[in-house]
Amino acid sequence: MDFLRPTSLADALSAKADQPEAVPIAGGTDVMVELNFDHRRPSALLDLTRVPELATWEPTADGGTRLGAGVPYTRIITELGARLPGLAMAARTVGSPQIRNRGTVGGNLGAASPAGDTHPVLLAVDAAVELRSVRGTRVVPVREFYTGVKRSVLASDELITAVLLPRAGGPQQFSKVGTRNAMVIAVCSFGLALHPGDGTVGTGIGSAGPTPLRATEAEWFLTGELADGDLWESPKPLTDSVRRRFGELVAEAAAPIDDVRGSAAYRRHALSVLARRTLGWAWQDYRTGGDQRCA
Amino acid sequence: MTQYEGITRRGMLGLVGAAAATVPLDSGAAGAQAASGEVTVRMTVNGSATSLTVDPRVTLLDALRERLQLTGTKKGCDRGQCGACTVHVDGRRVVSCLTLLATLDGASVTTIEGLADGDRLHPLQQAFIEHDGFQCGFCTPGQIMSAAAVIAEGGARTDAEIREQMSGNICRCSAYPGILAAIRQARTEMR
Repeated sequence: MDFLRPTSLADALSAKADQPEAVPIAGGTDVMVELNFDHRRPSALLDLTRVPELATWEPTADGGTRLGAGVPYTRIITELGARLPGLAMAARTVGSPQIRNRGTVGGNLGAASPAGDTHPVLLAVDAAVELRSVRGTRVVPVREFYTGVKRSVLASDELITAVLLPRAGGPQQFSKVGTRNAMVIAVCSFGLALHPGDGTVGTGIGSAGPTPLRATEAEWFLTGELADGDLWESPKPLTDSVRRRFGELVAEAAAPIDDVRGSAAYRRHALSVLARRTLGWAWQDYRTGGDQRCA
Repeated sequence: MTQYEGITRRGMLGLVGAAAATVPLDSGAAGAQAASGEVTVRMTVNGSATSLTVDPRVTLLDALRERLQLTGTKKGCDRGQCGACTVHVDGRRVVSCLTLLATLDGASVTTIEGLADGDRLHPLQQAFIEHDGFQCGFCTPGQIMSAAAVIAEGGARTDAEIREQMSGNICRCSAYPGILAAIRQARTEMR
């Protein structure tokens, strides 16, 4: 097996162009399980841990953040809790502290598992994925990135180089259901972002469909309710009926299956609860001006 | 125990490892991949400079145990779920079963064998003994390496924080109360 160790992005892109079958490996926390149990025998591995361009983040001109694909979760938690509150919340639930020292958002996107913890937040905040190859650079909205179970639009000669996240204009939340406090593959998960600037909301559902999903109907419903009640301007507590309806619409947007981690019916029910709760927390956060945000 | 001419299984692996380590490096350039497909990795393990030439699929865990005879680091699940193989790479704790040795050229690795100061136990090792922080002991090296990093990171301020920060290390004997008490004690001694 070939082991490719580029030390610059340019070299990494050439290597991927020369050997498109090479499996990129950053933290290795996903790829290594497949290697250890012989579920996968790649002809080549492309080590991205020595590519400095992938291991940085920087603010963008419009107030957003360009997060290098190789920044480990621990750094997202310690350095980006205020800039990217939703992503930092999701990062805190990934694997264990040991896994978070190695694992990356680029790896989460590369694996494109519907159960990946960062996908619901990336969907909710309308992030974009930067893909590069020797042919050039393209930016794909994350909402168009996933194409099937562990499938994405990533071409065989491309590498995921960064994630572009808009400035957090309002509260964000993430919540997930699992059987243990660490090393849990989500039974289901939910991400929520409030956008007071344009009066909209964003959602993302994890582990309840062939790909991570948006709950579009739920977004429209909540956007309408908040506008009709003039609630952005004079925020009052949301009624139980609004929160419940939001939860129901999120559950309806899911397309879960029965598997070892949970039944489809349980996932739908749990999602309605997660959606209702995260909305309660986020709205409370908005009403109190973020004083109680623990990011 | 079955022995062949006095050589135990562990001794056998040791001989194999020693033989492999004497194979000359083809180019001498760290990071180079030989025609055989093996890669050479130079790193510091418990303070000693080490060079290993391995198949690129070899994990840090297998290299430590089978090439360097550092068997204190345990293989529990080999999929990152149990934490028994926790070691420090460049000061951060990682699960060595999911860390490819080939990615560690130039890195500094600390294992449970590198924690004590000669014959003087590390405060965490002493505290685990005093508080019965184990029963069978299989998870203990990983627990202690994880705890050492938690304390160094300042993440052991409350019991709840210790539990959360130690959540990646499982103890099937359920010695958790003893582990918690040991970390609490060592936290004070290490400050």
